[in-house]
Amino acid sequence: MLASTLALGIILGGTYALLAMGLTLQYGIARILNLAYGEFMLLSCFVVTGLFTAWGIGPLLGLLVVTPAGYALGWLVHAGMMSPLLRRGDAGRLEVDTILATFGLLFVLQGIMLIVFGSDFTSYSYLDQGVSLLGVTVAANRLVALAVSLAIGLGLYAVLMRSNWGRAMRAVALAPQSAWLVGIDVDRMGRQGFALGGALAAAGGALVSMFLTFSAADGVVFTMKALIVVIMGGVGNVLGALVAGLLLGLAEVLVAAFIDPGLTLAATYALFLVVLLWRPTGLFGRVGG
Amino acid sequence: MTMTSRRALLGALPMTIALSLALPGVGAAQDVVRIGYAVAKSGPNATGAGITTIPNYQMWVAEVNAQGGLEMPDGSRRMIEVVEYDDRSNTEDLVRAIARLAEQDKVDLILPPWGTGPNLAIAPLMDKAGYPHLAVTSVTDKAPEFADRWKRSFWMLGGGHDYAEALVQTLVAAREAGQINDQVAMISVADGFGIDLVSAARPAFEAAGFTLAYDETYPLGTSDFAAIMNEVQRSGADSFVAFSYPPGSFGVTKQAQTMGYNPKVFYVGVGGAFPNFPQVAGGKAGGVMSIGGVDSASPAIQDYFQRHTDSAGSPPDSWASAVTYASLEVLEQAVQRVGLDHQALAQEIATGTFQTVVGDLKMQDNQLRDLWWVGQWQGDKFVAVNPAERQGATAPVIPKPEW
Repeated sequence: MLASTLALGIILGGTYALLAMGLTLQYGIARILNLAYGEFMLLSCFVVTGLFTAWGIGPLLGLLVVTPAGYALGWLVHAGMMSPLLRRGDAGRLEVDTILATFGLLFVLQGIMLIVFGSDFTSYSYLDQGVSLLGVTVAANRLVALAVSLAIGLGLYAVLMRSNWGRAMRAVALAPQSAWLVGIDVDRMGRQGFALGGALAAAGGALVSMFLTFSAADGVVFTMKALIVVIMGGVGNVLGALVAGLLLGLAEVLVAAFIDPGLTLAATYALFLVVLLWRPTGLFGRVGG
Repeated sequence: MTMTSRRALLGALPMTIALSLALPGVGAAQDVVRIGYAVAKSGPNATGAGITTIPNYQMWVAEVNAQGGLEMPDGSRRMIEVVEYDDRSNTEDLVRAIARLAEQDKVDLILPPWGTGPNLAIAPLMDKAGYPHLAVTSVTDKAPEFADRWKRSFWMLGGGHDYAEALVQTLVAAREAGQINDQVAMISVADGFGIDLVSAARPAFEAAGFTLAYDETYPLGTSDFAAIMNEVQRSGADSFVAFSYPPGSFGVTKQAQTMGYNPKVFYVGVGGAFPNFPQVAGGKAGGVMSIGGVDSASPAIQDYFQRHTDSAGSPPDSWASAVTYASLEVLEQAVQRVGLDHQALAQEIATGTFQTVVGDLKMQDNQLRDLWWVGQWQGDKFVAVNPAERQGATAPVIPKPEW
């Protein structure tokens, strides 16, 4: 009973981590709190669904299409919309400006999706046969999503910690004012971070579309969940997002199984509050980071 | 200086557009009927409005105009001109838009928004301005009280008690036929609709001698039902009931399929009657019960489904869509009989009998009571199951075939 509940919690947590990793990169490295993040994910959900229902291209192949497309879209948004704001230079104002700009982008993207894809709830069936795991039956697509989010999270963490490129990324995240002193092109790194976040959003969207029901108005739901995980894990920390996501998933499932399913939302926010009281910069956040 | 004038110009632009849009309407006021509505074209309510309300409005306006317009008592026809606003799923915007339709646009008729809350929000305003208010997509147990308070309001989708008690009735019949045991596992969303239905269902199940083997609520926005459905499966109940919104209805269905959970009765809430439900269920929707239903053998319904598919690109949902379209037919026939005077129109809607896609329709105390409460997917149709004695009802298939 406990083992099976833990298995369910880890799988749900994998989904939460998947939602949050792109946002944490965008916020941590590019310093842009992208409120339209959920819309990026939804866009990918719709594209993958379209590929699957129209041409029979499975979401895992679709993943290979939308992830580079997400990178490109992130790059374009950064170059077209964010660069003019970045050029103003004032770091304090930048945060407010980008929040307002992406808030606007949220409505533009939502409107476009409502027109193009309509307002129906969308859902399809792919890899949803059950797989027995620790005494519970879980959907195969959820296991795939967990595996991919673990792979992305740990892989990205390794790259960020070990490679020169990763070191430069972390330098930009930690000290954007002084990173250029050691020859790092801060703007370029920021753009890459934002675009990479876009790619992760697209990958996450493709994976969650396998098991979630979504509609064009649901972006905010994704953004909210992702934001909680990001802040809990420490802004800009991929490993933090992974751990925080898993914690939230476990908390929700344990509460649903042993206390009351009605309290899952309360449990989420209670855990969020406890973590923030104990570590104001998140589980893996550094002071001033 | 350049900046200021450009800014002034930009500021003036929306005004100019609004004027140029409004002027032809004013000039031609005698030849057209101006019908206004404010619905959610964006935001959380856009989904419901986009499935049930907007396609029916558009189809009806197109059909009436294709016949030369709305027929008046003297036999003349006047084209319908639509004034449409997006309330962005925001009640304040909605109320402002309705006030604008009534006071500034001075439209001849106002069609209702989608949803119980939005309709309740505009009811006092509609009443003050004197417009007949066909609050179609409102599910409320207080309909008799509201109809009494706002004399020109009409409530056409019943209340939570109706749906919950009809479900209990259906399950009692199945238990008496020896098809199911007396255990029910019930989950509900902790939001308006779920609370209404579950608080009606709990006492009704108990009064009918059922035991609630599992009875829990879940928060709005829950997307993962693995833990809950595990508990439900463990409960040993033959009947599973979810008073859910569409994402939940779809979520529990998929989860049950993944787990291979096959209760003898599988009932979901809103969304179960949506045209895309069979697709969500991977083509295995057969036997799933939900709210609503249609008399699928009726030629009028078959014709309506065909026209809706041609016009909107997809079939209508099998709960509120046909009733929404019927409300427009009521309005059309009432105008033909008494014209556009609001007082006479409300009187006619309250007392007249109308031929609609859901059959001959007559209001009882400003409410539509001839409704289908429980339906079930049989083949590719969502057929009506309860009230079982009403003409057009189909016998339910229990136990549900395995996924």
